[in-house]
Amino acid sequence: MRPLAITATCIASSLGLGLGATLTALRDGISGLRPCRFETVDLPTFVGEADGLDNWRLDSRFDCRNNRLARLALAQDGFETAVEAAKTRYGPRRIGVFLGTSTSGILQIEQAYRHREPDGSLSYPVDYAGTQSTFSVAEFVLTQLGITGPSLVVSSACASTTKVFATAARMIEAGLCDAAIVGGADSLCLTTLYGFNALQLLAPGPCRPFDADREGLSIGEAAGFALLERPEHGGANSVAMLGVGESSDAHHMSAPRPDGAGAMVSMTRALAASGLRPDAIDYINLHGTATRIGDAAEDLAVLSVFGDGVPCSSTKGHTGHTLGASGIVEAIIGTLAIRHGLLPGSPHTASHDPALRCRYITLARPGRVERMLSNSFGFGGSNASLVLGRSA
Amino acid sequence: MSAPLVVGLEAAALCGPGLPDWAASLPVLTGATPYRPEPLMLAPPPQLSPGERRRAVPSVRLALGVGMAAVEQSGLDAAALPAVFASSSADGETIDAILATLCTATREVSPTRFHNSVHNAPSGYWGLATQSREVVSSVSCHDQSFAAGLLEAAVQVASGESHVLLVAYDLPYPPPLAALRPIVGGFGVALVLSRTASQRTLARLRIGLSDTGDETPCADPALDTLRLGNPAARALPLLIALGRKSAQSVRLGLSRGGLQVDVEP
Repeated sequence: MRPLAITATCIASSLGLGLGATLTALRDGISGLRPCRFETVDLPTFVGEADGLDNWRLDSRFDCRNNRLARLALAQDGFETAVEAAKTRYGPRRIGVFLGTSTSGILQIEQAYRHREPDGSLSYPVDYAGTQSTFSVAEFVLTQLGITGPSLVVSSACASTTKVFATAARMIEAGLCDAAIVGGADSLCLTTLYGFNALQLLAPGPCRPFDADREGLSIGEAAGFALLERPEHGGANSVAMLGVGESSDAHHMSAPRPDGAGAMVSMTRALAASGLRPDAIDYINLHGTATRIGDAAEDLAVLSVFGDGVPCSSTKGHTGHTLGASGIVEAIIGTLAIRHGLLPGSPHTASHDPALRCRYITLARPGRVERMLSNSFGFGGSNASLVLGRSA
Repeated sequence: MSAPLVVGLEAAALCGPGLPDWAASLPVLTGATPYRPEPLMLAPPPQLSPGERRRAVPSVRLALGVGMAAVEQSGLDAAALPAVFASSSADGETIDAILATLCTATREVSPTRFHNSVHNAPSGYWGLATQSREVVSSVSCHDQSFAAGLLEAAVQVASGESHVLLVAYDLPYPPPLAALRPIVGGFGVALVLSRTASQRTLARLRIGLSDTGDETPCADPALDTLRLGNPAARALPLLIALGRKSAQSVRLGLSRGGLQVDVEP
């Protein structure tokens, strides 16, 4: 896989708006997790809720929580200016848009179901294509940014926005576009909160990845985007995507293989695609959702590929598990780690599980990161790993 | 514009109302007999365990059924085949059931419903049925999901995979969602793409981006109703060209612009 320069990024999450707020939270160990007061949800759990999604509307058919979150992200960090420059350089037809989401704007239809007529019909219309369709976030971004290149949404659950890097790299390499916008959005909704509750995977307190007493995950919401271009467009101190690896577990719909074999294959393939040996990686951002079985399986996989020497952490204690957006959130955290020489920590993880033997970092600290690997694993046994590195 | 992607087509399968499989559908595709829709019957995939078969929702049955038929025709090992699953949405029956449950006092969502609600549920069951550890993606592009999936699969072949399976499928929503998003019929299509030609190759496909979103229609009005009403059935003009073994240029829409697919038998 040929490297691609990441020439712009933007993010919105429970840590705040933009790269600056995200970096500050990572450095200072600030968590965006709070007791759940979301909508009418009555569950003893914590969530990573993004501020500023209520009390305004998108003035278009795209208005829903998911696209508002995408809009907030796009407006940060000079991202739209960078996209305008790319449009001038390549033309809007030569930029691809490859995004991920798991639930789109489903909150809106959840609310509409509460107002069904006696005959079961909805009492007010919902714009399906603009807000409910799996593709709606991409349709919104294409429209918002005035891009007309090839586009699709990957919806492979929590691996979605890591897998889009692979799609973008293939599309650029095949000559179908010269640049690509990757990323996506997933926003809080009742379906995922009550769904993960049904699976008994929600922690009553803030999630504690790799903690001996971890009790499950905390759901978060986020949107993030990255502009990918050929390597010659990366400036000084820029970060490049070096490779992506993907695999399937073929084990269970909602639980990982306990032996971590699927995760191992995706990490090994990501290293192979990057042309790197395991010892070239300085930091691993784990999937680490703080479930008993998931963290243990990932620990085994990391040990088998990297041994116990590479610093690693899950940043889910900062952001919560942002599901389909977790890949782009953690890729952006990876770019911050490389550019600012930071090894992120794991807020809320108080007592590291001695049974888990990878070199887990709980407190953020300065450290040189030339290359990092980020893991994303999802329902349906979908695994993806991304390698980022400082541009040569 | 970039050079077109050139791939071999090793196998094709379909399943739709009145179109139970490739052989039985050929007279309709070639125009020898008019199209008559019949109710769609979806059997649970025999490759799944009994428990998984019980949990296999209609979209899983449809996707696995056509996917297995194409792989069988190709003579390849399903476990060694990367796959792209394309659908406009997740399983409608499952989404409706969860939405209704969230309106009850206790909001007790079924764990099985929840894991069946993800867009990539059929690709997950595909892994369980085939024991494939290969790369599987689940993609969507609303009404243009078939064309987007075809592009993704062809690009995977161009990037070095020897074979890639594409499975596209879409089923109607139950009410009240059906009023917001009417989908006709229920349709599944599966293609096996290859990098090099073999004795089995049905046709060579040259796939390129086009600036127009014009779409090749079906001459049979009833078939064209299915094409326009079901995102996966947008594949029909391509399947017709394959069935007729005629060199033809098929146009498919994308979210912006479209694809031109030159079919060379």
